[in-house]
Amino acid sequence: MFDSPADVTERLATVDYLSDDAISTSVFLAAALGKPLLVEGPAGVGKTQLAKAVAQATGAQLIRLQCYEGLDEARALYEWNYKKQLLRIQATSADDDIFSEEFLLERPLLKAIRAGVPTVLLIDETDKADVEVEGLLLELLSDFQVTIPELGTISAVRKPYVVLTSNATRELSEALKRRCLYLHIEYPTPERERDIVLSQVPTIRADLAEQLARTVATLRAMELKKAPSVAETVDWANTLLALGRDELDEPTVAGTLGVVLKHASDHARAVKELGLPS
Amino acid sequence: MSDTSLVDRHVGFVHALREAGLPVSLAEGLDAARALRVIDLTERESLRAAYAATLVKKPGYRPGFDMLFDLWFPSSTTGLYDEDAVKSDTAELSELRDQLARLLTRGGEAEMREFARAMVGRFGRQPAGPGRQNWFSYSVLRALSPETLMARILQEVLAGQERGGLAEKTARQRVNSGIRRFEEAVATDVRRRIAEDSGVERIARSAVRPPLDQLDFLRITKADLARLRREVYPLARRLAARLTIKHRKGRRGRLDFRRTMRASLQSGGVPLTTHFKPPRPHKPELVILCDTSDSVSSFAHFTLLLTYALREQFTKVRAFGFVDTVDEITRFFVPGADVVEAMTRLANEADMVRFGRTNYGHSFERFAERYGDAIGPKTSLLILGDARSNYQPAAVDTLRALAAKARHAYWLNPEPRQQWDTGDSIATDYDAVVPMYECRNVAQLSAFIQDLA
Repeated sequence: MFDSPADVTERLATVDYLSDDAISTSVFLAAALGKPLLVEGPAGVGKTQLAKAVAQATGAQLIRLQCYEGLDEARALYEWNYKKQLLRIQATSADDDIFSEEFLLERPLLKAIRAGVPTVLLIDETDKADVEVEGLLLELLSDFQVTIPELGTISAVRKPYVVLTSNATRELSEALKRRCLYLHIEYPTPERERDIVLSQVPTIRADLAEQLARTVATLRAMELKKAPSVAETVDWANTLLALGRDELDEPTVAGTLGVVLKHASDHARAVKELGLPS
Repeated sequence: MSDTSLVDRHVGFVHALREAGLPVSLAEGLDAARALRVIDLTERESLRAAYAATLVKKPGYRPGFDMLFDLWFPSSTTGLYDEDAVKSDTAELSELRDQLARLLTRGGEAEMREFARAMVGRFGRQPAGPGRQNWFSYSVLRALSPETLMARILQEVLAGQERGGLAEKTARQRVNSGIRRFEEAVATDVRRRIAEDSGVERIARSAVRPPLDQLDFLRITKADLARLRREVYPLARRLAARLTIKHRKGRRGRLDFRRTMRASLQSGGVPLTTHFKPPRPHKPELVILCDTSDSVSSFAHFTLLLTYALREQFTKVRAFGFVDTVDEITRFFVPGADVVEAMTRLANEADMVRFGRTNYGHSFERFAERYGDAIGPKTSLLILGDARSNYQPAAVDTLRALAAKARHAYWLNPEPRQQWDTGDSIATDYDAVVPMYECRNVAQLSAFIQDLA
């Protein structure tokens, strides 16, 4: 898939994803070792975006499984087409095999395993799913195969590139982590964040982007309930453009702070510490 | 590097990680070794990322990992710094400070490291006996005193702009993070030099600090406390998520007769499937009584913050603080209040001190007298403190009466169990009335809260 970490950086840059050493090396290793990549980090640092960018950069199809509470086998892996089976029994003699390929409904995980083309499988917000789902994933992630009792074991035709993301609202199990490569994405340095803003909002002036990135870094250094995410910095840049401001002075910051800070107490704190007019 | 020495180094490194408390499994070690074969070993940051991706699966372990990595795979000098800049051995101190001031605002990572390395070489050495030497970071920091550069840099950066505003704040933050990076780089290089002199294993054992949730409350530094406070909300979110799952998964409620009968119609009146009512969520009322004297304050602060962040897990939380008399401190924790501010106001405004020496007995008596009605049959009483009462009367009976009124009573003690009953500690006396738990770090605290709610 990739030749080297440098190659990763380059190719992700062509799809507007700015990588750094740690991200590139992990992405490269996941491909080279054929292991799933578990990406953790605060909300809005571009975890999901990374999987999309990898798919786009390698020209692979993206299959996404969004996790949520109550997600089960039937919606993640496969399901038998119950109605079709019933009709078949009623229509024909009873000795027909109703547990065959044609009655199988593919769900994202099975689809990714059986895909013949290069595939990126994104399992998004793994921490939101119940603990049982992790058990379901173990076989898939270590051997790239799925066992369906009625059909037997289905092995991957072509190993998919698996990315799992998590916001760490709960600790994932050791067994799952052991099977994955781990990447923790932190908030970017001001320099990198400036470049991200520039690539996402190309019409913004470079010095304004720099100012934005520095201000956000200052905000993150405070003790806030929720530090501003990269996505919010980009939103902020868009807001400033829409308002036609080309400098980030105190009144502008005070007026638009709501774009990056979403708690009243955080807002009050920032106003106080930055000495903004309220 | 030849193959065998690389394998030795890899094995030694993995071993050191395990010794520092990182759970590295055999399979993960093999993954790392496999990763070494596909990456370019001369790229140091790539090597670091490869090891981190395969071996470190919890952000809390990362600082310890980085420290050990720097010891096992020290960076080589690139000559980046020395070529274009002042000669570090001979230059005047003021020139060096100019150089540092430039690096603090505009320096790249590699440049900063080179500079730190040169400075440790020049200022960090202290003779320790004949033929031996020791390396220290404080002497480097004292010689260059990066903090005193702040005023100068601000003047330069702001260049006539208004002071005290947003621009200054941002610049300050930038310089501060620069200073921290410099200190970090100096400390890393000092460790590297010590390791060169006396072996990697020795320094590795003493240098790595435990991850944040294993840090002892009583030995916590101010900086750690700030980092902990930052962790309060994520931690509370994690705990709350686990608690709701536990509530939902807990024992099933009573039989739902109506739904069961209705379902039985499908099977001709035979109740094949039984339906149950969802269990009623059990939410305790919580009364926290905490020792806010200096000796245990960081523990009490953190515990209070966490329980307040978990407010929705309890029907009602009331908090009382005491040193030698008691005051209600619930009012400082209104929803949405600022954490840091609540703590400072708590220390300044609450009336908890009479003579300023902790007196558990008197505090309990006053509590029973003034706020005794706060405790009812639904209340869980939580006492936080080290049970060191300066040899004052213990008032065990008052506490027994309070505990008897409450549904549950627990005592969290931040001291290690071995130190209970030493000196003026009367832990066992209180333990007989209210079960006492050792609670020395965040991990123990979260485990306790999970059992409580």
